[in-house]
Amino acid sequence: MTDKPESDATPPPQQPTDAAATTDPEPGAAGSSADRPGAGLEPRGAEPARAIVAGRERRGMFGVQGSGDTSGYGGLRLPAYTPPASERPYGGWFDAFADEFLAALADAGIDPSVILQTTVDRGEITFYVQREAIVDVCRVLRDDEGLRFELCSSVSGVDYGVDVPQRLHVAYHLTSMTYRRRIRLEVALDVDDPHVPSIVEVYPTADWQEREAYDMFGIVFDGHPALTRILMPDDWDGFPQRKDYPLGGIPVEYKGAEIPPPDQRRAYS
Amino acid sequence: MTENQAERLSDATTGTDTTERGSTSDPYAPSRETTEGPVYTVTGGDWDEVMSEVAGDEKIIMNLGPQHPSTHGVLRLVVELEGETVTDLRSVVGYLHTGIEKNVEFRTWTQGVTFVTRMDYLSPLFNEAAYCMGVERLLGIDIPERAQVIRVLLMEINRIGSHLVAIATGGMELGALTGMTAGFREREEVLHLLEYLTGLRMNHAFIRPGGVAQDVPEDAIEKILDFCKVMDKRLPEYDRLLTGQPIWQNRLKGIGYLPVDACLALGVTGPVLRSAGLPWDLRKTDPYLGYETYDFEVPTYTDADSYARYLIRIEEMHQSLRIIRQAADRLKKPGPVMVEDKKIAWPAQLSIGSDGMGNSLEHVRKIMGQSMESLIHHFKLVTEGFRVPPGQVYATVESPRGELGYHMVSDGGTRPLRVHVREPSFVNLQAMPAMTEGGMVADVIAAVASLDPVMGGCDR
Repeated sequence: MTDKPESDATPPPQQPTDAAATTDPEPGAAGSSADRPGAGLEPRGAEPARAIVAGRERRGMFGVQGSGDTSGYGGLRLPAYTPPASERPYGGWFDAFADEFLAALADAGIDPSVILQTTVDRGEITFYVQREAIVDVCRVLRDDEGLRFELCSSVSGVDYGVDVPQRLHVAYHLTSMTYRRRIRLEVALDVDDPHVPSIVEVYPTADWQEREAYDMFGIVFDGHPALTRILMPDDWDGFPQRKDYPLGGIPVEYKGAEIPPPDQRRAYS
Repeated sequence: MTENQAERLSDATTGTDTTERGSTSDPYAPSRETTEGPVYTVTGGDWDEVMSEVAGDEKIIMNLGPQHPSTHGVLRLVVELEGETVTDLRSVVGYLHTGIEKNVEFRTWTQGVTFVTRMDYLSPLFNEAAYCMGVERLLGIDIPERAQVIRVLLMEINRIGSHLVAIATGGMELGALTGMTAGFREREEVLHLLEYLTGLRMNHAFIRPGGVAQDVPEDAIEKILDFCKVMDKRLPEYDRLLTGQPIWQNRLKGIGYLPVDACLALGVTGPVLRSAGLPWDLRKTDPYLGYETYDFEVPTYTDADSYARYLIRIEEMHQSLRIIRQAADRLKKPGPVMVEDKKIAWPAQLSIGSDGMGNSLEHVRKIMGQSMESLIHHFKLVTEGFRVPPGQVYATVESPRGELGYHMVSDGGTRPLRVHVREPSFVNLQAMPAMTEGGMVADVIAAVASLDPVMGGCDR
């Protein structure tokens, strides 16, 4: 709980506290605060505020393309869905929990800005977490006495589609048996850099579930003890549950008519 | 001369010394001549001495499965043995991977039920219920009370069937074949009842988003109570057959030990966790479908071994019967079994016609003869399906094997964007090394049987 995160993006520097307390250096001189920035003051690269996108853009009203839609709604464009960030109060136990959670993060020396967004939707709370911090956040959630998420229920990958920025997501469902709470942590990844630290060291049960997410989505869990395929054969090419991986199938003839395979049938989605 | 050569040829091919001397002596047994003829002295050695000469530091790697009756389905266990002691064990899964999670992404939300019911083939109704609860939470709808009662009823009947198979196959794997025949005999009763209520023995697809496909038959309550009576008589027979039996106890007690902290670290839930002493049952801790209004107990033991898991399964069947009786009582109150919303509910109830079961005649008459709009609506709902607002949910039920969770994501379309199943079989199998390493190879089988993995669910 109190151990310092190794991979924190901005580790708080060791401060010579007694020396700084006894002698006040000139402003800007050697040993002054300009030399040893405190937590939160260090220069940081400009990080573009990227909204989390969970869906693709839609066109047309009825989801059908190339069918000669004469209704005039064919040109309709609907933007991709982005889960909205929730404002306080979240309602229910979420507020008390969020306070406890942020306090525990501060205790553990984790910058609260690693929580990129908090979303409350359909009675479930989701924290979008910076990927480098996921292990430390999980450890705090497991070990802090006010949080106690003993069980990692599920780790699953999601692919939101080819054109979506940061299309690969990893969703962690944690369960607190002590307080009977469930939360979801989510990490969004670029498909060109699908790396996320493995949480196996915190939750051993994530072992096979991370292997499954790797198998199906090609998400690489750095630090996993043996990240190999688990459901598909070892020599399989590609990651079957990505959206650009075809379902496959052959047309079937039934009573003289040819039924196309499921992924080539008309879709209204 | 030619005969001699032939003799030597047979010697060379069979490795037998057929000469006069060879046929009367044995190179491995010293002999002495007596008046009765040669007498041989054959001695054995102490098995430990033989093993210490032969084995040394050598380890044997043995594959159990994937095709072996003792591995509970197409599960492969790679076991490293030192003598008969397991030093290392790894489970290999994936032989029954069918790509259901991918397939569901190409079907409508309603069609998804027919896929998920085929995953864990021993608890199809739990999969259907959890999937539908996920869709309903995404839609933001509440289902009618009668539909909830029917779901609870079906799930508890299904739980009895699943636990019976767990005991039956576990018994078979340990050589208790009477346990197997008894278990499958009682499961047949369960399947008969499920067939009567839903129309199918397995792969029901009876629970649908918004409720259930149709109401139960009129005399369902009678049949259910008859079933309860039969089970009341038959379930105590397991106590007489297995519970006190010394062989059964010796094979199971202290085997497959997994305490609470190991269960939590490895994510093991269900009877295995409760056998370690933690009364974690989602029906009590996170009630759904009105489980909080039923009166039942969650049995626990603290031995954390295979025998405690067997006892818990037996006791849970008795508790399920209690719930079934209460649910049957609530069935007396009539009501709708599907949401009112015609954009979600199937437009026709099924009925029996002269050519079998199908859409009810009144409905066919209406859409074919009276209302073009009804026909369009029916066609659109069946082919296109309904749209589900974007978002994600994680819906859980307590399946016979533990926490069965559905992480479902919608992007606002008529098909799921992603359905991930947190399968208790898959997660629990990770505990195999912890339960078996350091024990005997024969106890591996008892440990698998007490986990009760269903590979159709594990591999999906």
